[in-house]
Amino acid sequence: MEKQIAIELKNICKYFPGKVVANKNVNLTLYKGEILSLLGENGSGKTTLMNMISGIYFPDEGQIFINGEEAVIRSPKDAYNYKIGMIHQHFKLVDVFSAAENIVLGVKEAGRFSKKKIAMRVREIAERYGFDIDPKKRIHEMSVSEKQTVEIIKVLYRGADILILDEPTAVLTPQEIEKLFAVLRKMREDGKSIIIITHKLNEVMEISDRVSILRKGEYIGTVETSKTNPKQLTEMMVGKKTDLKIERVKTDFEKPLLEIRDIVIDKDDGSRAIDDVSFYIRGGEILGVAGVAGCGQKELCEAIAGLRPIKSGLVMHKGENIIGLPPKKIIEKGVSMSFIPEDRLGMGLAPSFSITDNMIIKNYGEGKGPFVNRKAARAHAKALIEKLEIVTPSTETPVRRLSGGNVQKVLVGREIEAGPNVIITAYPVRGLDINSSYLIYDILNDQKKKGTGILFIGEDLDVMLALCDKIMVICHGKNMGVVHAEKTTKEELGLMMTGALDLTEEKKDKNFGIAKDSNLTEEEWQEMEEETNNENHGKESKGNE
Amino acid sequence: MNNNVKSVREPLFHISKRGDVSLKRQILTRVIAVAAGLILGSIVCTIAYGSSPFDFLYYLVEGNFKPFDNFWEMIKKTALLLMIGLALIPAFKMKYWNLGGNGQILMGGLITIICMINLGDTVPDGVVWMIMLLAAMLVGAIWAVIPALFKAFFKTNETLFTLMMNYIAVGLVAYAIKKIGGKESTGTIGVVQSGQLPELGHSVVLILIFAIIITLFITFYIKSSKHGYEVSLVGDSENTARYGGINVKKTIIRTLILSGAICGIVGFLLAGSINHTIVTEETMANSGFTAFTAIIVVWIAHNNPLATIGVSFGVIFINNGMMRVQSSLSITEKTVPDMIIGIMYLIIIACEFFITFRIKFNKKKNETIKTVEEVK
Amino acid sequence: MNVPGLVFGGIAIGIVFLYGSVGEIITEKSGHLNLGIPGIMCMGTAGGMFGVSNYMGMLSNTKSASLLLILLFGIVFAFLFAAVGGAIYALLTVSFKANQNVVGLAVTTFGAGFAQFFIKKFVTTKFLSRASKIVRNFINFEIKSSFGVPIKYQYGVLSCLAIILALACALFFKKTKKGLHLRAIGENPATADAVGINVNLYKYIAIIVGSGIAGLGGLYYVVEYNNGTFDNVLTIQAFGWLAVALVIFTMWRSDFAIFGSFVFGMLYVFNGNLTGTSSLATQELIKLLPYVMTIIVLIITSIFGSKNVQPPASLGLNYFREDR
Repeated sequence: MEKQIAIELKNICKYFPGKVVANKNVNLTLYKGEILSLLGENGSGKTTLMNMISGIYFPDEGQIFINGEEAVIRSPKDAYNYKIGMIHQHFKLVDVFSAAENIVLGVKEAGRFSKKKIAMRVREIAERYGFDIDPKKRIHEMSVSEKQTVEIIKVLYRGADILILDEPTAVLTPQEIEKLFAVLRKMREDGKSIIIITHKLNEVMEISDRVSILRKGEYIGTVETSKTNPKQLTEMMVGKKTDLKIERVKTDFEKPLLEIRDIVIDKDDGSRAIDDVSFYIRGGEILGVAGVAGCGQKELCEAIAGLRPIKSGLVMHKGENIIGLPPKKIIEKGVSMSFIPEDRLGMGLAPSFSITDNMIIKNYGEGKGPFVNRKAARAHAKALIEKLEIVTPSTETPVRRLSGGNVQKVLVGREIEAGPNVIITAYPVRGLDINSSYLIYDILNDQKKKGTGILFIGEDLDVMLALCDKIMVICHGKNMGVVHAEKTTKEELGLMMTGALDLTEEKKDKNFGIAKDSNLTEEEWQEMEEETNNENHGKESKGNE
Repeated sequence: MNNNVKSVREPLFHISKRGDVSLKRQILTRVIAVAAGLILGSIVCTIAYGSSPFDFLYYLVEGNFKPFDNFWEMIKKTALLLMIGLALIPAFKMKYWNLGGNGQILMGGLITIICMINLGDTVPDGVVWMIMLLAAMLVGAIWAVIPALFKAFFKTNETLFTLMMNYIAVGLVAYAIKKIGGKESTGTIGVVQSGQLPELGHSVVLILIFAIIITLFITFYIKSSKHGYEVSLVGDSENTARYGGINVKKTIIRTLILSGAICGIVGFLLAGSINHTIVTEETMANSGFTAFTAIIVVWIAHNNPLATIGVSFGVIFINNGMMRVQSSLSITEKTVPDMIIGIMYLIIIACEFFITFRIKFNKKKNETIKTVEEVK
Repeated sequence: MNVPGLVFGGIAIGIVFLYGSVGEIITEKSGHLNLGIPGIMCMGTAGGMFGVSNYMGMLSNTKSASLLLILLFGIVFAFLFAAVGGAIYALLTVSFKANQNVVGLAVTTFGAGFAQFFIKKFVTTKFLSRASKIVRNFINFEIKSSFGVPIKYQYGVLSCLAIILALACALFFKKTKKGLHLRAIGENPATADAVGINVNLYKYIAIIVGSGIAGLGGLYYVVEYNNGTFDNVLTIQAFGWLAVALVIFTMWRSDFAIFGSFVFGMLYVFNGNLTGTSSLATQELIKLLPYVMTIIVLIITSIFGSKNVQPPASLGLNYFREDR
């Protein structure tokens, strides 16, 4: 029997300002009544592609066919008319509304607006697919998984036959994932077509009929799940190893500078970001952190910098506990953190401030007297502009007016110039051109030579393999193991990132992330841990602060 | 296969934020806006009172210079409005909406009067003046810091809180007036003779001294001081401020103490040097003086202390001029100036939109897009 | 203490605040804090007086005036004038993205000035007391005051209309789809936009209609409550600020606002109903109680309140789609 096509994408291209290619010549076919996994590394253009089907973006080139006819999708409303619905990673829900109210929001229906009728229809949908939902419950009282359920029902209520789920499992517990998969299977039986974006290979193997792979915005191919294996998929996803001419500086490793034990951190929405992770950074060492986006990297950075509370665990800097210290004290100890978010502005920079003023965000208070020393800051800014070839009209230009790459150079440059002993940097080359990227790698290597300990959170595995000494892989907040960059392969990293390989399980005898020459003895660690745990309990019983 | 042609209606125009706007363009746009406001004002007067538009403009200018005392009056009022504006700038820089300037001024004025009445005859003048000033600053600061504390610790909405604090201040002043006036009170205190601030040759001098000191202080405070840096950083990005090690709560509280204290000084000057008494209605209603006016002034001046001088001057110039227009054209309605000033505000506020945003009109209104070439 | 006087007098003046706060609630639910309401109520007063006096002027004999037409002229003009104020506010905040507080205060300055000017220039006040007699004559009853004198109380159609509007507004937000959409805009305009709701259109309508309703408060005050006399825009402005306070006091619920307006009203007329000699000064303290109560509510909800009693989440913030 010939399978009917639900959606067909032909030669879809999408470019973003600054000559960034998000998608290039992507072809994709989704059949009716199937679950298709969309697989790809960070920045491979999966979400952008799906946003074009759901009407958030409009493709620059190419065509979309729905049920054999060409479709023009200019808004989410158009997408609904084509019976397409997308469940985004960031839920678009009104917090104080009930589930039912969110579900019917914006739906044009004939007849009287009756809450009873709506609740009935919601229950009907819920029963049909096995959702567990209380239509009267308000969003702000819900768990993440319940919110996701509301989003899915919202889409079904609008009569969607094609559902797109952007990393739906990232925020769920294993039990919740099982429930979700059961629902998805029921939908498939019901004739719905589903595209699911995920990074976890075991889930891909479990739920999907076919897998399509994207890499760096390009379409690589599609395979049937039953005829493939995780190894093949990983290879398609990460590609062949490309040799980069990044020098790995040899240094004599020093004692651990930063030691982190059993750290647990929560996200803003209360779900777990980092779950019981231990690692350490030596002076003169670059430790890479690999993992798919949103695996707790941001929360880890914030927690070390003192901007986010730590649920449990220890962060020791040169043998001293820095948990609970105000951000300023942590900066003074020489721990620098720079995180480049997706929009590149945000953490660490004040958008309306000039480059000069941004130079002194951490040390404006230095020097005597009530005045800020702008003279020194200006000289500092000038030097940085020259050194990093920052394109700007002047030192007094607000950073929000600079292009993304230049904003980043300001931030990373400032952090490194401050002369820290530990650098935590996340995505420092995000969106930079090749030359600027190499400039940043050189700067990091220089620091390494000086004996600085560096935690490098990155996206590009090739870069990490070339630059880092060791690489720690995180998958959904859990440590999958630490490997030597010289001894590992891209495939191994890929398998670990997607949760298909867990070295901590396989090599139980090895204590990942615990230094043999720690600044503290095991007994001291024990003691510290007990102490902080007691403190934490004390805090919790006092209630929220 | 068919040839699928869809008609897509594009919106008439598209609004986007401008990048850099040249100073020339900014000034030109604002000059046009002020001119448009004046023309509209003169048209309203012409239609309503049959005067010629030139009369309107003539009286507007004359009102500020003839008799010459009016000139000093203008300077005095400008200085007062400027000081209120300067008081608000640190708070607004922090994106903290202090709408409670009126209350802070009133409370500062009230404590000044109380000091004058109770201490004026018993303590040497110099000491009374110092006590008056410090008390006014303290009380103004207290009035401002109450909402600030709740904002800092509980995120209580400061816009609504400070607004309400104004009316509580009005009530307290009314209470105090009746209390001081006793049972046969006519609802006013009358001029308090004791403890008046010195004239120093002309009543404008003292006001000017304070205005100059406060202008210099706030200008440097905002532009060059560490505190000012913290205030701007909290206003621009609270997360970055925390990242830089700033105690956001402390900054909010400290800044509002400053803001309230300066409002207190304005109350001190109003009560001690200008009115020598306190009345609730006037301070709240006379639009030339209130903190509400200062809010608009500071917004138009983009929180820039020096620009605030210019805008305050412009607002008072028109306000004073309008009073002459009103009397010369025999307009009996006292609030006509308010209406015309209101129109000017609205036009100037609207003009800011054309400075920060660009409007692109789409040339083709109903564009027909061929979405599919023929598919074979 | 004259209890009936307190209760019935309080209700009567409370109706002014009720109109203002119902209008402000509708506006604030769209995410716009309209501090122009005091000025807009002044404009409504001017419009209402203009409409009613013109109708009365058209008649050869004012005794033959019909209640229906008085109300029609009054309501239409009061609503229109106030709506113009609202439209100015909406244009500057919704389309021109200017700061809501600044625009609101400017509209209040303009509205009060305009109203005073307009009333003096274009309204013949002599007809209004006659019209007022007709309007008030709807519900009549007499109650012995605590002083022993029977006092006549009258509530007109406009009093009833205010309560009906407040209930209708509550139903609108609770039961209708349009109400749901408007609430969604005030909470999270980006989400509303994403599901295809025309955010700007809703905002314009909410602000303009809300302003119009607030304007009826001015009409009520002069034509029904105050026997057709108008003294000063400052009085109306003060009512406007009380209306803004009432919105917070009743936590953005127009059905609660009915009760809240009576409480505020009773505090307002408290002094006039005191027996014995209380000091004039203490009376001033009673007048500021509504504001103190409002602040207490504001504090309590921000510390202990659940999410359901918070101000609309996007209140005070303009929505610009490209900021997403």
